[in-house]
Amino acid sequence: MSIEIEKNMQSKTGLKTEQMVLNMGPQHPSTHGVLRLELEIEGEIITKVTPHIGYLHRCFEKHTEAMTYTQVIPYTDRMDYLSAMYNEFGYAIAVEKLLGIEVPERVEYIRVIMGEFQRIASHLVAIGTYGLDIGAFTPFLYCFRDRERILSLFEKTCGARLLYNYIWVGGVSHDLHPDFIREAKDFVKYFKPNIKELNDLLTMNKIFIERTANVGILPVETAINYGISGPNLRASGMKWDLRKNDTYSIYNKFDFEIPVGQSEIGTVGDAWNRYYIRVRELEQSLRILEQALDQIPEGDVTSAIPKRIKPPVGQVYSRVENPKGELGYFIMSNGSTSPFRVKVKGPSFVHLGIMNELCKGHMVADVIAILGSIDIVLGEVDR
Amino acid sequence: MKNVEEIFNLLKEKFGDSIIELVTNLPVEHFITANPLEIDKVSLFLRDNGELLFDSLMCLSGVDDANGKNVPDEDGATKIEGGTLSVYYHMESTKLGHKLTVKVSAPRENPDITSVSGTWKHADWHEREAYDMFGINFLNHPDLRRILMPYDWEAGYPLRKDYKDPEFYQGMKVPY
Repeated sequence: MSIEIEKNMQSKTGLKTEQMVLNMGPQHPSTHGVLRLELEIEGEIITKVTPHIGYLHRCFEKHTEAMTYTQVIPYTDRMDYLSAMYNEFGYAIAVEKLLGIEVPERVEYIRVIMGEFQRIASHLVAIGTYGLDIGAFTPFLYCFRDRERILSLFEKTCGARLLYNYIWVGGVSHDLHPDFIREAKDFVKYFKPNIKELNDLLTMNKIFIERTANVGILPVETAINYGISGPNLRASGMKWDLRKNDTYSIYNKFDFEIPVGQSEIGTVGDAWNRYYIRVRELEQSLRILEQALDQIPEGDVTSAIPKRIKPPVGQVYSRVENPKGELGYFIMSNGSTSPFRVKVKGPSFVHLGIMNELCKGHMVADVIAILGSIDIVLGEVDR
Repeated sequence: MKNVEEIFNLLKEKFGDSIIELVTNLPVEHFITANPLEIDKVSLFLRDNGELLFDSLMCLSGVDDANGKNVPDEDGATKIEGGTLSVYYHMESTKLGHKLTVKVSAPRENPDITSVSGTWKHADWHEREAYDMFGINFLNHPDLRRILMPYDWEAGYPLRKDYKDPEFYQGMKVPY
């Protein structure tokens, strides 16, 4: 209900709504971490949202200035801990650009395979916890059951389940184990029908649709002006994916589509469409995985790893399509073995900035539906 | 689609001395340096000019250039005097497909830079972050508060190269 309607109702009934400030968080089950939202409300209607962040701030960017380029990688894992592989991927690409080195083809394939598995895992958390926020408990368990299998694959590859330190500058820490390709193919085969199951369970659920359709509509011009990227931008109807539009690694070798919001239900750019884009991206990631697992060549994975990383004086801004959006690394080198400055542009940080714009005029309960639909990870917001 | 020289000439023609130089001697990335007090007007031109259409700001990064003089302060630690703080703007046009990097530098003692948050809303939080971490003062910013550090942090700006941890914050010991 918009503010105007509410005001009309006031004048008709003679009842007054009171203005007040409501704190949501820092400890709140639906904030996906430690986030405080200061809501200014009139009755049940939001007039302003002020996010207060920084509860997880560890100033990662300051740490990097005292470390070598290799030592930075575990820190990038800890930003968006649900897509650690992709953070490493982005960092490795940025430093390789600075150094001007090429990596072997097998490494590129391994990176893409890991990256797409990570995208599926990250989207499954987004979808599952979104259902949980809205009140659907079962899909969450289904999503985590499947994500568990991906984490097991990662664990068998590099020994860690969440924070991998696997993708290094110039290569990966060690080769895939002999069974990996078979197990990965098994997973792809197993997971395909589960998307339909997920759609039946949650996507087309009447209650879920009532809560999310036509809530928090984001027009595409506003989205670009606010720097929104990734699934949230595509849900607003813009065909924009860095894997195609500013291609990196070997993504141009694969045949896949970019899903955009089509408003099967609701309006383009609303919470439901933001959610559904992620479901459709699962299918595209599976398509890339199928091709990559078939084509992966043999070869050495550690041959291009430099012994000592000492880039020339210079700077680079390099970006990749993280599961959540555009993840950019701005790295400056002064010719020494430690970076002079590392700045990370994380998608979650940027997306949280639009909360006020999206929530204005909605009910308090819709804040949860909107916050869940933009899919943030507080580890990356605060860095 | 335009390359960086063409964009530089276009800007030079329009803004004259406010556009300082085109830096191309570094590998990987070339950039244009501009006057920090004119960058808001330059950014509007970059966004709205029909040949440029830089509708999206990819990233805004504060940097401590650390190009001043190192002097020891009373505790024996080094302090930087003079020199500049800089802000890098990475922008792209989603319609025309070109990218551009602009750099502005302001003196360390008085780092005033005009805000571009009127051009790209995206810059709002990034400018707050640059203020929080470097103490860069963005003129005409709608809400210039600290963002990641506590609002009552008084020990300075953490990403400056001569930052020193305070001994206590709100009665709690900081280095541990």
